[in-house]
Amino acid sequence: MTSVEPSQSARPAGGEELEDLELRLLLEGVFRRYGFDFREYAPASLRRRVWRRVHAERLGTISGLTEKLLHDEATMERLLLDLSVNVTAMFRDPTFYVAFRQKVVPVLRTHPFTRIWVAGCSTGEEVYSLAILLQEEGVYERARIYATDINESVLDRARGGVFPLEKMREYTQNYIRAGGTRAFSEYYVAAYDGAQFQRSLIENVVFAQHNLVSDRSFNEFHVIVCRNVMIYFEKKLQDHVHGLFYESLPTFGILALGHKESIRFSPFEDRYEELDNGEKLYRKVV
Amino acid sequence: MYELICIGASWGGLSAVGRLLADISEDVTLPIAIAQHRHPGALEGTLRELLALQIRRPVTDVEDKTPIEPCRVYLAPPDYHLLVEPGSFALSLDERVQFARPSIDVLFESAADAYGDRVIGVILTGANEDGAAGLARIKARGGVAIVQDPRGAERRVMPDAALAATVADAVLPLEEIGKFLYGLCVTPAVTQR
Ligand SMILES: C[S@@+](CC[C@H](N)C(=O)[O-])C[C@H]1O[C@@H](n2cnc3c(N)ncnc32)[C@H](O)[C@@H]1O
Repeated sequence: MTSVEPSQSARPAGGEELEDLELRLLLEGVFRRYGFDFREYAPASLRRRVWRRVHAERLGTISGLTEKLLHDEATMERLLLDLSVNVTAMFRDPTFYVAFRQKVVPVLRTHPFTRIWVAGCSTGEEVYSLAILLQEEGVYERARIYATDINESVLDRARGGVFPLEKMREYTQNYIRAGGTRAFSEYYVAAYDGAQFQRSLIENVVFAQHNLVSDRSFNEFHVIVCRNVMIYFEKKLQDHVHGLFYESLPTFGILALGHKESIRFSPFEDRYEELDNGEKLYRKVV
Repeated sequence: MYELICIGASWGGLSAVGRLLADISEDVTLPIAIAQHRHPGALEGTLRELLALQIRRPVTDVEDKTPIEPCRVYLAPPDYHLLVEPGSFALSLDERVQFARPSIDVLFESAADAYGDRVIGVILTGANEDGAAGLARIKARGGVAIVQDPRGAERRVMPDAALAATVADAVLPLEEIGKFLYGLCVTPAVTQR
C-alpha cells in the first residue's frame, strides 16, 4: 500500500460507499479543525488528490490521513497544496488576451481609475500577464489589481515574480499570439533561479489571501477575472461564488471566466450579456 | 444495464476512434466519452469537426458541468483532464498523468468511481501506457474491459499495457469492437405473446 501512484491503488471491490464516507469525514474534519471548506468541491478530482496525499504520506486509507492531519498541522498544509490545484501559465489561452485588449481595454479607458480582481490567481502568472497587457495599452497607471487566492504559499511565490526559465519559450509564443507589442524578454532578467519579472509590473498589485467559499466581497470592481477556479466547485458552490461576483460588480462591470466555464445554467445567467462568448467575457447588465 | 462507454486512444487514435464510432450502431444509445491524446496547443473543435464528418451522432467538446446525455459523443478538450461525476462531466487542470492531459486513466477511474459496474472501457492504439490503470479500475468495479488487439493496432504499447494490467473481457480487432458493443448494449426486443 505504499505505491505513490493513486492509479495503482489496491482498493477493496465494493468499497466505494465506504470510501465516500471516509472522504466526507475527512472534509468535515478539515473544515472543523482548520476552517478550510472543501465540502462542496467537485468530488471526482478531489478524490484523486486526496488519494495522492494518502499515498505520499505512505498511508493506506483516507481515514488514516484524517487521523494524521487532525493531529499534525504540517500534514494539513501539504494536503492544502494538493487540494488547491495551482497549475497556471503566462498568457494561457492567448486568444483570451487578444479579446481582453479589444473588448475590455476600451472600456477601461473610459474610467479615471480601474479596480480589477483576479480571484484564484495561483502563483501569479496570470497577474503578470495582465499587468504587461495593461502597461502596453497605457492603462496600467490608472489601474489597481487585487490578486487573491486561498493559498498563502502560492501568493508568496506570486509576490516573488520568479518563474521557471524553461517556460520562457512557451510563454514568449503565448505572448506573441496574445497580441504582445514588444519583445517578451524585456520583461524579465534571467537569474540563477529563474526568470525574474520586473518589479514595476506589480507596483499596482495587491496580493491577499481570500477564500471564495467563506469570505465576503471586499470592494467593487470594474473587472473580475476568475479563470479555472470554479471548475473545481460543485454547482451549488459555483452559484454561491457567482452571487459574490455579481454583488462586487457595478452595472456594466465585466466578468471573465476560463475557456471551459460559463454562466449558462447559473441563476445569474440573465444578469449578464456576452461581450465575447468564445472567450467567456461577460458584462453585467442588470 | 450499462450507462457509459469510455474510449481511450493515443498515437494512431484519430483514425481508430473515427472508425470505431462509425461502426457503432445507432441502436446503441449510451453516451460515449473519449480521451484522445492531443498536442496541448491542438485546436479545439478540429477533432469534433473531423468526427462529425464520419458519424451521425452529435459530438460535443465538453465544458465544465456538461450534462451526460444519451446518444452523444463527448470529447475531452485539449489540455484539460476529463472526469465523470454522476450525471455530468467535470474538467480539471491537475498535473499531467503519465505526461498526458487529458489522461485516459483519469477519465476511466472517475467513470468507474461514478458509475461502478455500468461502465464499458475501450482501449485503442497508442504509444504509451496511459489507460492501463484506468481500465483495471473499471474492471475491478465490475465494468467491462475491451482492448483493441495489439497485433492490428497502429501502436501496440497502449493495448499491451492494458492487457498486462487487467484481464480484458474482449480483445478484438478494431473493426469488430462496434459489433461487440452492440451485443452488450442492445437487448433484443422481447416479443410479447
Ligand atoms: C488552476 S488554478 C487557476 C490559476 C489561474 N487563474 C489560471 O487560470 O491560470 C486554481 C487556483 O484556485 C485557487 N482556489 C481554489 N479554491 C479556492 C477558494 N476557495 N478561494 C480562492 N481560491 C481558490 C487555488 O489555490 C489555485 O491557485
